[in-house]
Amino acid sequence: MEFAELIKTPRVDGVVLRRPFLPTVEGTLCLTGHHLILSSRQDNTEELWLLHANIDAIEKRFVGSLGTIIVKCKDLRVIQLDIPGMEECLNIASSIEVLSTLDSVSLMYPLFYRPMFQVIEDGWKSFLPEDAFKDLESMTEEWRLSDVNKDYSVCSSYPPLVAVPKDVDDDTLRKAAAFRHGGRFPVLSYYHKKNGMVMMRSGQPLTGTNGRRCKEDEKLINATLRAGKRGYIIDTRTVSVAQQAKARGGGFESEANYPQWRRIHKAIERSSILQESLIKLVEACNDQSHSMDRWLSKLEASNWQTHVKEILTTACLAAQCIDREGASVLVHGTEGTDSTLQVTSLAQIILDPACRTIQGFQALVEREWLQAGHPFQQRCSQSAYSNSKPRCEAPVFLLFLDCVWQILRQFPCSFQFSQHFLVLLFEHTYASQFGTFMGNSASERSKLNLSQKTVSLWSWVNRPQEVERLSNPLYEANCLVIWPSVAPQSLLLWEGVFLRWKRSSRCLDEAYDEMVHIIQYNKELQNKVNNLRRQLAQLETEEPLLQTP
Amino acid sequence: MEHIRTPKVEQVRLLDRFSNKSASGTLHLTATHLIFVESNADAAQEIWILHHHIGSVEKLSLTTSGCPLVIQCRNFRVVHFVVQRERDCHDIYSSLLRLLRPVSYEELYAFSYNPKQNEQQREEGWQLIDLGAEFERMGVPCDQWQLTDVNRNYKICETYPRDLYVPITASKPIIVGSSKFRSKGRFPVLTYFYQEKKAAVCRCSQPLSGFSARCLEDESMLQAISKANHNSRFVYVMDTRPKLNAMANRAAGKGYENEDNYSNIRFQFVGIENIHVMRTSLQKLLEVVGTRSLSVNDYLLGLESSGWLRHVKAVLDAAIFLTKAVTVEGASVLVHCSDGWDRTAQVCSLGALLMDPYYRTINGFMVLIEKDWISFGHKFADRCDQLDGDPKEVSPVFTQFLECVWQLTEQFPQAFEFNEWLLLQIHEHVHSCQYGNFLANNQRQREELQLKDRTHSLWAFLLSEGQNYLNPAFCHTYAETHPVLEPSTLPCHLKFWRNMYHQFDRSMHPRQSVLKNVLTLKESNRQLEDTIMKLEARLQKHGISPPTPDPQAPPKDQRTLLNHTRPHSLILAAPLSLKEAQHQEEVGEEAKKCCSDTERTVEGSSGSERKESYGDLQGTYGAKVEPAVVSLEFGVARMTC
Repeated sequence: MEFAELIKTPRVDGVVLRRPFLPTVEGTLCLTGHHLILSSRQDNTEELWLLHANIDAIEKRFVGSLGTIIVKCKDLRVIQLDIPGMEECLNIASSIEVLSTLDSVSLMYPLFYRPMFQVIEDGWKSFLPEDAFKDLESMTEEWRLSDVNKDYSVCSSYPPLVAVPKDVDDDTLRKAAAFRHGGRFPVLSYYHKKNGMVMMRSGQPLTGTNGRRCKEDEKLINATLRAGKRGYIIDTRTVSVAQQAKARGGGFESEANYPQWRRIHKAIERSSILQESLIKLVEACNDQSHSMDRWLSKLEASNWQTHVKEILTTACLAAQCIDREGASVLVHGTEGTDSTLQVTSLAQIILDPACRTIQGFQALVEREWLQAGHPFQQRCSQSAYSNSKPRCEAPVFLLFLDCVWQILRQFPCSFQFSQHFLVLLFEHTYASQFGTFMGNSASERSKLNLSQKTVSLWSWVNRPQEVERLSNPLYEANCLVIWPSVAPQSLLLWEGVFLRWKRSSRCLDEAYDEMVHIIQYNKELQNKVNNLRRQLAQLETEEPLLQTP
Repeated sequence: MEHIRTPKVEQVRLLDRFSNKSASGTLHLTATHLIFVESNADAAQEIWILHHHIGSVEKLSLTTSGCPLVIQCRNFRVVHFVVQRERDCHDIYSSLLRLLRPVSYEELYAFSYNPKQNEQQREEGWQLIDLGAEFERMGVPCDQWQLTDVNRNYKICETYPRDLYVPITASKPIIVGSSKFRSKGRFPVLTYFYQEKKAAVCRCSQPLSGFSARCLEDESMLQAISKANHNSRFVYVMDTRPKLNAMANRAAGKGYENEDNYSNIRFQFVGIENIHVMRTSLQKLLEVVGTRSLSVNDYLLGLESSGWLRHVKAVLDAAIFLTKAVTVEGASVLVHCSDGWDRTAQVCSLGALLMDPYYRTINGFMVLIEKDWISFGHKFADRCDQLDGDPKEVSPVFTQFLECVWQLTEQFPQAFEFNEWLLLQIHEHVHSCQYGNFLANNQRQREELQLKDRTHSLWAFLLSEGQNYLNPAFCHTYAETHPVLEPSTLPCHLKFWRNMYHQFDRSMHPRQSVLKNVLTLKESNRQLEDTIMKLEARLQKHGISPPTPDPQAPPKDQRTLLNHTRPHSLILAAPLSLKEAQHQEEVGEEAKKCCSDTERTVEGSSGSERKESYGDLQGTYGAKVEPAVVSLEFGVARMTC
């Protein structure tokens, strides 16, 4: 298929663009295979380059022969295009509709994108499991890297290499995999250096209604316990949801078969409910009415903040088991690719200072989301405005980012990155020129040969100028465990994402710049003082005679 | 002292409001304070509660562990003690009941409070604010407005100040006639003059119009206000009440202006609810947010049903209406409600804050409060329950004003010279009765009490530690680029003011304060600049002119300088000492395990400083061992090693 076939009208003149906070522009609208471009064809005026992939939904309106297309983007921005001529407008609209919903992976923009910047460090090679394991090896000898999944045959959503207890052989892993949802047998997620406790994650056990058991699975997770110690299994579902799962062949670990483990159920919602929540939240934020009661009740009805609280609470619980109780933890929900990852990754933010650095956070996303098989392509193919019926879409990763933002707000000096980084990740999971978030698993990415055919987002992010832009000027390395407050009064609506297009952030940005200036000026002054002191000290040792009492 | 039956009770437990933690210690009752001293020798925390701050004391029924005593303070602190013996509990309870209900002003703390200041300093404190000078700053008196002496002896209106500004054409008979036609004699007077357009903001109380009464003098008064402004042919009359309330008032012989009788007015209701609605609303809000294990949904529904943010929005919307009328249309506005001392004060002062950058400075903000609240007779004594009075007169009108200001500071982070702590500190002292400024209901009563001779001024105290109240992001040129602020009152832009209503619930606050950090850096910058000057002077003695900085030089650790700006005041202990408190928590573990020094910098100041602060509800109550069963503590932010 050629893009040209899909573009009935590639160019329209006299189109007026209206968008938040920027002056209205009149210019020429062009459609290319991947972009919607508006150019005033004058110097120094900003142009619009919008990825079709970023378009979530469009609406058409006509007044006489003047057509209007409202473009609703996945980053929650809404822009308006006034197009003279009904036919042009209809053509443009239908082209956008088709181009923004192309299913074929081979037509996706990252495969066509050529970087305009110099790739200093290839992001595809920045966070290899082998390297992560080297760090682990330096701390403990109880784990090994298994290549049991090297051809993705044991678990299609796992990477080829996973860390497992040293004493457990690959055969046991294969058998345990057969007993876990999607073949996701328990693997190492995090090693807590302070006390040697670990966090593992997996899919649900396939006990079914007649209580099937699997000795190998029991052996595998028991191998992570120290003699005489108990561990905790955190099931992200409520007891009743977990019970119901039995009827569909799933289930949970029974006390009888796992006597050394204590099971705790939490209540993180399934992904379809999360998508609905996002849609309601965005609708509430876009409500133009001036009624406070309406706003608060809509916000409440969206349940978004409740999800944030539940996820954070569960992550705190996991972290508490490890750090405070000195126990190892296994986390799972149903598939082990959504709520499980929210919990394991947030627990690491809480426990591990390394995850709060720019590099460390990338490594965390790579390890706990991309390698761990979160189906990004399915989850992020539609956002809050889409009219089509959601299939597998869910803001699972966005909720994770929201939770990180909440912790960042509570510990504003403990993160090396600012909220810009989180917003950037949100944008790129939904529409991107980079291949990082394409596909649903390591195996899909490897089949598409993305590391050769596309550029990694990390290659872009890790350039010095971008690192600088994403840095938090207040950062001071903090080796402590940071426990966030999960009281409703402590949780805020993430304005940087949800109210971003409602009001210009100029006032806040300028205040932020001022703060950055104060911090930088402080550094300059300190340098200057040190220089003067040194100079003076030199002079005074050279000319001691000049010193007068 | 005669009211104190038991000055000291030992083995009292203090329960945390939101977690299961507790601390044990000794409770002391003094003439002015209730003090709790934790017995844990290492991290002994002290909580000092001023009697005036106590809003209510409640003795709950006896439990196995003792007799619970719950104290709710007006600064939103809630403490829960458990006293072992019921008799002790009862003694404290009944002493407090007496102590927190003073019957005469002379019993208030301000009359015994004695900071180490000499008489001259005290007097200077009272001279800091001069309202005459403030009207001069606005450009009054001028060719259209003059100072009148009709109220020199508080004869025309005893709740107004002596000095009042009226239109040139308003003669004495007009003033007198108008005042007789207005509730409590509060006739229209000038409160703010917008020099650029010669537009005036005037305030008064409702007219005694009933269903049909009219008053020619009052009509002439409004005519005079209108004539004083050549920019506009009419005056806006803003009745800040809901229309229904105003109509109901007519039955009592009061009411609102009839547009037919006043030739040149545009009448407008803006619908702010009365003091009773506001009181109930805040009570509901506090009930909701005080619930343990509150769910997000109950929190949001509670916010909604309390109506508090709806009221805050209504007040702000009214102020925006006023501002637009004055700055855009150049029209004069007359603002009133019923008596003209609650909603009118809110709207006039917020409007002035929006249109005049001066009021967004520390000095200007004090002047604004002094003018629109203190001198125009907002009934602080009644509204803040200073003496044992009518509970129906109590209302958080001033708190609501401070909250509106806070909402503005959140939207315009560079527009205000002061930060949130100033607002919290003012709120603290409006209720502490430690300074004379807010005592009594009006200027006349204050003069009778000779407050200026017998008490100290809060403004002097605040200015003496002005460093702590600076907004580091404040931009001096902002006043020129944004003389008039245009805030958004979209519901999603108004927020719950956690730092006010949960001031003392440290577990809910961010663990690290950006504000404190940046303030500290700014202070450090000032000191470094000094140091550089001195060093350069010394170098010059050696005949060397100032060198260019060497960017390669490794930064030396200057952190010792950074902890300098530590406020010593009580309220600041709340947002600031979060870190300290937690520092205390960490010390033990840090000692064992080696944490970086950077961490200490983050944590803030030393323990000795802490004792000066009147304390705050510290989290780590003793060395309670972690429970064997994992129970996630509700809503507790902290850091551990």
